[in-house]
Amino acid sequence: MTLQVLNSPFNEEQVKQLNVLLPTLNDYQKIWLTGYLSIAPAAGVAVLEEPAASIEEEVKSIATEPQSATILYGSQTGNAQALAEKLGAKLAEAGVDVTVASMSAFKTNQLKKLTNLFIVTSTHGEGTPPDNAIQFHEFLYGKRAPKLEHLQFSVLALGDSSYEFFCKTGADFDEQLEKLGAQRIAPRVDCDLDYDALAAQWFEDVKKAIVANDAQAALSQVNTATKEVGGSEYSKKNPFYAEVLEKINLNGRGSNKVTYHLELSLEGSGLTYAPGDSIGILPENDEQLVGILIEALGFQQTEVVTVEQQSLTLAEALQKKLEITVLSKPLLQKIQNYTVNPDFAALVQDNYKWKDYVYGRDLLDVVQNYGPFSWNAQQFVELLRKIPARLYSIASSQAANEDEAHLTIGKVSYETDGRGRQGVCSGQIAERIEIGQKLPIYIHSNPNFKLPQDDATAIIMIGAGTGIAPFRSFIEERAAREAEGKSWLFFGDQHFVTDYLYQTDWQGWIKDGALTNLTTAFSRDGDQKIYVQHRLQEHAKELYEWIEQGAIIYVCGDEKAMAADVDKMIHAIVAEQGGKSAEQAAEYVSSLKQQQRYQRDVY
Amino acid sequence: MTEKIVLPSQPGKPSDVERIKSESNYLRGTLEETMQNPLSSGIPDDDNRLMKFHGSYLQDDRDLRNERQKQKLEPAYQFMARVRTPGGAATPAQWLVMDEMGRKYGNGSLKLTTRQAFQVHGILKWNMKKYMQEIHEALLDCIAACGDVNRNVMCNVNPNQSQLHEEVYTWSVKLSEHLLPKTQAYHELWLDGEKVYDGQEKEVEPMYGALYLPRKFKIGIAIPPSNDIDVFSQDIGFIAIVENNKLIGFNVAVGGGMGMTHGDTATYPQLGRLVGYIPKERLLETAEKILTIQRDYGNRSVRKNARFKYTIDARGLDWFKEELHQRLGWELEETRKYSFNRTGDEFGWIKGEDGKWHFTLFIQNGRVRDFEDYQLMTGLREIAKVHTGLFRLTPNQNLLIADVAPQKKRVIDALLKKYKITDGAHYSALRRNSIACVSLPTCGLAMAEAERYLPTLITKIDSILEEFGLLETEIGIRMSGCPNGCSRAAMGEIGFIGKGPGKYNLYLGGDFTGQRLNKIYRENIGEEEILAILRPIFERYAKEREEQEHFGDFVIRQGYVEAVTDGRYFHS
Repeated sequence: MTLQVLNSPFNEEQVKQLNVLLPTLNDYQKIWLTGYLSIAPAAGVAVLEEPAASIEEEVKSIATEPQSATILYGSQTGNAQALAEKLGAKLAEAGVDVTVASMSAFKTNQLKKLTNLFIVTSTHGEGTPPDNAIQFHEFLYGKRAPKLEHLQFSVLALGDSSYEFFCKTGADFDEQLEKLGAQRIAPRVDCDLDYDALAAQWFEDVKKAIVANDAQAALSQVNTATKEVGGSEYSKKNPFYAEVLEKINLNGRGSNKVTYHLELSLEGSGLTYAPGDSIGILPENDEQLVGILIEALGFQQTEVVTVEQQSLTLAEALQKKLEITVLSKPLLQKIQNYTVNPDFAALVQDNYKWKDYVYGRDLLDVVQNYGPFSWNAQQFVELLRKIPARLYSIASSQAANEDEAHLTIGKVSYETDGRGRQGVCSGQIAERIEIGQKLPIYIHSNPNFKLPQDDATAIIMIGAGTGIAPFRSFIEERAAREAEGKSWLFFGDQHFVTDYLYQTDWQGWIKDGALTNLTTAFSRDGDQKIYVQHRLQEHAKELYEWIEQGAIIYVCGDEKAMAADVDKMIHAIVAEQGGKSAEQAAEYVSSLKQQQRYQRDVY
Repeated sequence: MTEKIVLPSQPGKPSDVERIKSESNYLRGTLEETMQNPLSSGIPDDDNRLMKFHGSYLQDDRDLRNERQKQKLEPAYQFMARVRTPGGAATPAQWLVMDEMGRKYGNGSLKLTTRQAFQVHGILKWNMKKYMQEIHEALLDCIAACGDVNRNVMCNVNPNQSQLHEEVYTWSVKLSEHLLPKTQAYHELWLDGEKVYDGQEKEVEPMYGALYLPRKFKIGIAIPPSNDIDVFSQDIGFIAIVENNKLIGFNVAVGGGMGMTHGDTATYPQLGRLVGYIPKERLLETAEKILTIQRDYGNRSVRKNARFKYTIDARGLDWFKEELHQRLGWELEETRKYSFNRTGDEFGWIKGEDGKWHFTLFIQNGRVRDFEDYQLMTGLREIAKVHTGLFRLTPNQNLLIADVAPQKKRVIDALLKKYKITDGAHYSALRRNSIACVSLPTCGLAMAEAERYLPTLITKIDSILEEFGLLETEIGIRMSGCPNGCSRAAMGEIGFIGKGPGKYNLYLGGDFTGQRLNKIYRENIGEEEILAILRPIFERYAKEREEQEHFGDFVIRQGYVEAVTDGRYFHS
């Protein structure tokens, strides 16, 4: 059932948000939310009176003025959002009056009224904020930013240490809030891909800083009995081993690319997903590369090391647990402690040199180039971080494939210094996984990339290469639902003949009307390179009409190679077709974002 | 032009192609739109039917068909575009353009066809218009190179009777022009010609009418003693009659044709039947009237029975002659004497009567490309850059570098040597007399390999021939991937017609001079059986043949098969 203003006590905006959220909840989440809301009055909002009345009174008597906190997240793929919500739940349990919101949904004129602000944000590749954090970030750095001496804050930053601007957006917020006069009540925590433990620690820090007494904390114990059960039996920590049912290279002969279509069985897992969600794969390193690395290190494959309190052989640790294919500045700095090679010191110190060096190289290169090293096997493994999971947008709809999830995985391979290298996960899929084998996976939901609830809403989907994956899920879902809304797919790749991913699927959906328009851009077929943004331009008038009529825009694919140009083009189209100045166009586009009518899943 | 003849309507529902033609507005259909549709590199079937009239049609790489289906990719669609070159003549400038087309838009090769035309395979839809425009710049076109119209007019490539040949060749060009469709559709679709709305009020196709012919129509002119064009395989075959070294007229043979359908004995290859002689001035008129008889009487209901041969066989030659005489208003004369000695080409340098030189080079199955150890395409390109005469594509898929001035011969010769371009002398006489159609992977009709397989089969047969000392004995061998018969396999002394992957019907008893059909000897056999069956026949042929006795004559004399001189008895 869909909530409406008329059949519920909520206003229009609330209804909209609830309708986005509610369908995405699984059973566990619904049960949890019911419990959560029923205890919410304890934190000061008098909605319900009945439950836990005695405890409520007790709390009131001790903490007469409950703390309030606002948690804002800047999230691209949903990780930051999930953590923000987790913190929100935690603080609410502790009796704090909590508001959790996306930065883009937060009205900046409320800043002056806040007492506690917690920020959870990820960082984009080049150190830029995620889409829904851009404006808030700009605001804090702009002239209109208010003095915030009254405000207490802390920041949780998410990032990937293999990028140069690791956790930069979080650091930006941390620094700027301080400049504006706000008080840091817990130090910023920068998390790498494996963020669970550090985030949990930050939660504790934050909670301790604002929840003054144990009574409130004690209260939380009462109502959190079901907390750690887990929404589904399977999670990132407890992945489901999904059988590979089908594995097809989608690129025709002669292509420069190799893109695998993978069909995974979810049978018996109880896992559910919605279009726009991703699947996380926990990959393993190439056994052969591990062997060569151990040999280069001069260690034994069978040496026993301890990783996360677990004893296992070095070979096993390097193949299954630890990342050996990505170099980062922190890693190089750690390695420096174990080598006296003067060239290595020079490398790490020279900002230009190390950046150049880490591009396309891995641990084996360092070991081969900069020895001798003084480490032993245990010291060596302690330098390394866990192999991060790889997220892939799901390319199927569960409405059409109940027990399956399809993925579209581009094989990464290149050569550096005469040695061929492959992406950890894409290489594993391409070279080492066969039909019938199993892959450890979990569902990663992405609330920021979702089909509209209303099937009559038009959708515009823009993607290049493997960015087409979620759109196959979208259209398959809309076809299964017999959605009436118009749809328009813009797809780009290199060559029509070999790289038209899922071509016959699209042709079929065009034929039966599930897909209204399909516009393709093949960059290497003609004398001139044609990309999706050029096609958008060609259809500017019609596109603007669609947008004006309420269409939702989705962009999926490579940020640098596509999404940035597409974003520019969307601004240009809005300006040109709407007769707007650049500034007005920017406002128009940002309001689209706020209304969740411009959603991106870019990487 | 022809007077209108009102005929009783034919029995049977018109075939679907008749509907497509009638709705096409003189061959336009929806091609303008579908050729631009970016969602698929293919076009709908109806438009593809019309595309044939523009000398092209949609194919796909059948090697990749299953693989791509699994990959969720549509078939590897591509167009074949056949260029109309009457008598197979092309200037060096035209050769260079075709060479460029093959490399730029095609699959890196050119196919010289059994009807003396150029074929480029592998053209993507988006490049078709550019292709058409670029060949147009070189005064070439694809009009009527395919479709239910008169196809490329064939003509003997006689290199030594220079003057006579020139005159006959000129007639073939005139015939081709005279029988071309008149619709402006080609110019509109491909050359951005002004749109002409061919309405009813105007007679767009005074000769063909809006439905064109019931089926394809083929004309060729032979100059005895060479029957290189296989004159009896044509719907109309003209045989040049020469008196005192001057062309005076033509014998006329009608109703030849190769196509048949496996398992349907109502379909068969047929030889053209001689119906008389005409003075040369009456060539165009005669051809036109014969064509209109087929237009009016040909079967428009069942396409596999629609060729001219069935029109004639259903009514008899007397009927045909009477109908023709009535339409012409005069009667054909008695057939004149002629004599053929071969259908194959003679290779190497020959000096013509006018003192110019001609080099016939061997091109295996007409495929011009750069092979790993044989830079044929490059070599011919270099020759075309300096050549001042003509190129002539032979009906046997070979190439004549024609009209080389004596002072130029050394330059050409040097290039031939540099690129080791061969006259085929180091090959067996069997290979020099072989023809294969394109077949797999591009031909949609193919049931078995032809062009890609015949060369290896010949290598294996060669070792048998060598054993029996037959390597220099000329034997005509032809292979078609389907019974449609583009290689004229039903006339080969040894003929193979594809039945399924690796399986062929083996036919024996064709005539070295092209005046007899062959007959089935074994059905549905693979390579092992082919070699096992041929071996004892060759052995006997080597021992028991009479002087100058050709292989096709020998197998009939020895009773391996019966002689077939009328296609109606091909299956019996």
